[in-house]
Amino acid sequence: MSAVATDLDESLGARLQRAKALVAALEKGDEAEADRILDEIGRVRESMLFQEIGKLTRQLHEALTGFMVDNKLAELTENDIPDARERLNYVITMTDQAANTTLNVLDEVLPQLDALSEKTDNLGARWERFLQREMPYTEFREMSQEISRYFKDMSPALAQMQAQLNEVLMAQSFQDLTGQIIRKVIELVQQVENSLIELIRFSSRHMSPSAPATDKGKPEVEAEGPVVPGVDKAEAVSSQDDVDDLLSSLGF
Amino acid sequence: MKILVVDDFSTMRRIIKNLLRELGFTNISEADDGQTALPKLQAGDFDLLITDWNMPGMTGIELLKAVRSDEKLSTMPVLMVTAEARRDQIVAAAQAGVNGYIIKPFTAGTLKEKLEKIFERLAA
Repeated sequence: MSAVATDLDESLGARLQRAKALVAALEKGDEAEADRILDEIGRVRESMLFQEIGKLTRQLHEALTGFMVDNKLAELTENDIPDARERLNYVITMTDQAANTTLNVLDEVLPQLDALSEKTDNLGARWERFLQREMPYTEFREMSQEISRYFKDMSPALAQMQAQLNEVLMAQSFQDLTGQIIRKVIELVQQVENSLIELIRFSSRHMSPSAPATDKGKPEVEAEGPVVPGVDKAEAVSSQDDVDDLLSSLGF
Repeated sequence: MKILVVDDFSTMRRIIKNLLRELGFTNISEADDGQTALPKLQAGDFDLLITDWNMPGMTGIELLKAVRSDEKLSTMPVLMVTAEARRDQIVAAAQAGVNGYIIKPFTAGTLKEKLEKIFERLAA
């Protein structure tokens, strides 16, 4: 293609010149020259058209990219954020349960400890009197019976307290489970933030070429975190018995 | 019996350690993910690995696979204690050669039962 044809900011003068040359060629009856000039003019037009189409294509592309950003945001707001709300509600439920379990155990154990301590003080004081030889025999007999009873009661009471403290121990597992859920929500917040930044970038026309989705090589089966009732339903087992059944169906 | 407990949450490690202690196991070490657990396993003479799944760095399933493919460790019993409860995850763990699978939240009884089962199988 000639240099003229690619010059798109063709000046008025150049156009006028070409028109004059065309008229001159026609007047001279030089048809070949006239055709050549006409072709040239056509090529200039064509090239400008291409550029316009190019511009339109780019605008369309940008609009579509922006639309995709919108879509991602829409999806986040439609699905993921209500999900996150459910997850955080579940965190409240779990922390509530754990706190209540712990406080209930305290309510049970503290009076038991009080009673035990009172009994111990009482027996201790009497035992001291016995050691000081200040106790009549009948009272001693009574006391030794009471000591026997005390020992007999002590062992189940201690076992019960151990079980209760174990309950407190197990209640602390909420920290792990809620921590995993909160981490997931933090990830979501980060995603929303990124989408918003992209959207702002797009609408303020400081478009950077849209980054490809950051799908790094994922392992086949990924960690999902705890099952949240009402959010995760599909494909999750609901109890340890289900796990055991599934494993035994696999020959375990 | 030397046991390695791997979980990124220290509260959960403490809970499992406490439960194990009550069951009579006192020789317990800890690691907070697969990456720190693997060298410990390779260096020490552990008899049992108890691991979470969802951990940063190296996950429990990756650790399980690494253990199974390590000549020295390949037969070590591995008990998974995790909140991951999807069927395909449990199947994947089974295929990777897990010896027991407990989902959180769990009870002291479940831990005891699964441990007994693992030891029974080992003895048989």
